[in-house]
Amino acid sequence: MASVSVPADGRTGGLLRRPTATTGLWSWVTTVDHKKIGVLYGVTAFLFFIVGGTEALLIRLQLAQPEQGLLSPSVYNEIFTMHGITMVFLVVMPLSAAFINYLVPLMIGARDVAFPRLNAFSYWAFLFAGIFIYSSWFLGGAPNGGWFGYAPNAVLDPTRGMTFYAIGLLIAGVASTVSAINIAVTILNMRAPGMTLFRMPVFVWMSLVVQFLLAFSLPIITVALFQLLFDKRFGTHFFDSVAGGDPVLWQHLFWLFGHPEVYILILPAMGIVSEILPTFARKPLFGYQFVVFSGIAIGFIGFGVWVHHMYAVGLGPIANTAFGISTIIIAVPTGVKIFNWLGTMWKGDLTFPTPMLFAVGFVAMFVIGGLSGVTHSVVPSDYQQTDTYYIVAHFHYVLFGGAIFGLFAGLYYWWPKVFGRMLNDTLGKVSFWLMLIGFNLTFGPMHVLGLQGMPRRIQTYPEELGLAFWNLVSTVGAFLIALSVLVFLVNVAITRRKPRVAQADPWDARTLEWLTSSPPPEHNFDEIPTVHALDEAWHRKYVETEPGRVVPVPAGGSGTEAPHAGEHSIHMPSPSYFPLVASVGILLLGYGIIFGWLLAAAGAVVLLAGVYGWALEPSAE
Amino acid sequence: MQEQVGIHVYESEHEATSTGLPNTKLAMWLFLASDVLLFGALITSYVVYRGRSVVGPYPNDVFDIPYTSVSSFVLLASSLTMVLALAAIQRGDLGRMRLWLLATALLGMTFVGGQVYEFTTFYEEGLSLTTNVFGTTFYVLTGFHGAHVTIGILMLLTLFTLSFGGKVGQKDAMSVELVGLYWHFVDIVWIVIFTVVYLIPTGP
Repeated sequence: MASVSVPADGRTGGLLRRPTATTGLWSWVTTVDHKKIGVLYGVTAFLFFIVGGTEALLIRLQLAQPEQGLLSPSVYNEIFTMHGITMVFLVVMPLSAAFINYLVPLMIGARDVAFPRLNAFSYWAFLFAGIFIYSSWFLGGAPNGGWFGYAPNAVLDPTRGMTFYAIGLLIAGVASTVSAINIAVTILNMRAPGMTLFRMPVFVWMSLVVQFLLAFSLPIITVALFQLLFDKRFGTHFFDSVAGGDPVLWQHLFWLFGHPEVYILILPAMGIVSEILPTFARKPLFGYQFVVFSGIAIGFIGFGVWVHHMYAVGLGPIANTAFGISTIIIAVPTGVKIFNWLGTMWKGDLTFPTPMLFAVGFVAMFVIGGLSGVTHSVVPSDYQQTDTYYIVAHFHYVLFGGAIFGLFAGLYYWWPKVFGRMLNDTLGKVSFWLMLIGFNLTFGPMHVLGLQGMPRRIQTYPEELGLAFWNLVSTVGAFLIALSVLVFLVNVAITRRKPRVAQADPWDARTLEWLTSSPPPEHNFDEIPTVHALDEAWHRKYVETEPGRVVPVPAGGSGTEAPHAGEHSIHMPSPSYFPLVASVGILLLGYGIIFGWLLAAAGAVVLLAGVYGWALEPSAE
Repeated sequence: MQEQVGIHVYESEHEATSTGLPNTKLAMWLFLASDVLLFGALITSYVVYRGRSVVGPYPNDVFDIPYTSVSSFVLLASSLTMVLALAAIQRGDLGRMRLWLLATALLGMTFVGGQVYEFTTFYEEGLSLTTNVFGTTFYVLTGFHGAHVTIGILMLLTLFTLSFGGKVGQKDAMSVELVGLYWHFVDIVWIVIFTVVYLIPTGP
């Protein structure tokens, strides 16, 4: 069959020789393999998940009882800001990127992404953005103005925290923009023969929509962050109302990015769930086209609803009404998806292993979050809810009950594909139920607290307000969530010791990644599969004899092509140092803007060296 | 005739792609589409803050429209030389390609030099980054554009230099085309900026 050759060394020697390690630490540092990069994204994001979760526990401890002094008001500001930044930019986005990186090439039948070295660069720049933001704790204080960084608060704050925020998110933005272009080109251009757009798995479709959302929303936050940075560092007047500037400009630019960002966070999880439900219902996804088109519609409308974050700013009844209507409209394609998922399960041959439990949990929790979202699309209702814990409850139902449940479903589902070992199902179920109960205990009571008037982002509350009981319940719930994550980690640790015996297709699933071995070889497929239908892998296994009766394809009768005769070699891209070098340059440049031009100049030199080394290193192919 | 040469180049250089477009070209188009939003937000910020400065100097005090018109013309002319450079390499005419690449870079440098001179003059007339919101938005917007042009010049000079090492031949016409796409984009953005910032009057 096929033999794989990774060129043993570069064609020219010296400085530009390409690295050759295929095992050990160095192979991970120089890798350009989308699967290894996907694993790197996943591991890094999970570490940040533990850090961000710890911050959440600190918040919950502080709020467990009235008038506690565990965290001072200023530290509390830093903790909730870092919790938000971490969970949005360093957990859900990169964990989604982990799935997208690992799965998209496998699902479309490609050997790698379009630009493997850019892919490595995206990962390193993301990692350094996280390290950069977290280093602020040791360099004069963490960001403390909320993940939304409202001006003029962010500008006037005397610490360096929000400067770290601006530069750190700029670096993360570079990483995500590059990745968005890379993955979009991969999906559009590198599909296997026969893999038309409407034979692509829904996860690939949702990934494509997300890449467009990233490519078109990140430049807007980039401009806003530059403006904030210039105001803080160089004394410009973008958000200085005394000089004629306007803090509301920040809010517009931020939410013009920030609302598409919400869909950037949720659509990959929706894609994951749309893969898992059909597998365990043993039915095709109900209304595939509707799921795809509603995802695209969400992408478009997502750019037209940002003012619903700003009702209380005072833009006037016409603006508020218009955005209220568009916000109600965006609930329609979201509702369409819910009905499609229910239709998929309806009369299905259902089984409930852990990934399916998380997927169903996603649908249920997301419905609650979506409905509370509809309640604050209504302007007068939102006036009552804004800046209260009701909002906190809403977006945690969407982003934890939604995105995190979906991502956990994906972890359990694709774990055997990635690592060749099945996670323990009993421990998985324990973890699921702990998380579901803990999650609802944590965030359910916040609806009540919010409607009772408990404000967000305030370090404590007086006893007389009568908020103590539900706050205590919420804190207990938060520790149950922590326990469930602990059970997951124990499961991972136990599974690591088991032999790699997972089958190629342990769930009897439907998409191309299950056609190759678990874990897949470096070149993904010995022969690139030719695609004849949606759910190609399923159709190679089963035929429908009469309406509704599905029987296995008789031996020898499958649609699989006979392997091509003869030896041929597959050239995979060589590893490279330069993505790492270039992102180190960006990191130094980031510190240089804060700590002095000499360091910035050094960063620029390293960046240029990385870029030119990259452009000039011998080609892999 | 020329188009056929172009198609031939793609086929020899790239594997077949699902859309037929080379990966690099699709990526450049996506990047430019993304960059439109960057300039969109910058130009919007400028427009939102028009006429809101509380101290001078105001646009009418510093702008020298004839001067900036000339430097704008220089930048637009560089798009022509860029096209000629691409046509030359698609014909396999390495010498002409070098000539036109260098001409494009020099025109670009003239524009950036003109911008540096303009900034210096404005600064001497009392308009700095921190004077008023006009200074803030004007310098940041045109500065971002100038940085884009500078990056374009670096890419042009890189192609020019590499062509002497035999690294830019007829089969690499795509590299020249990509730089060209970027270059034309930066020119087009300038047309918008020049119109919005310089030509549309701010009023008193």
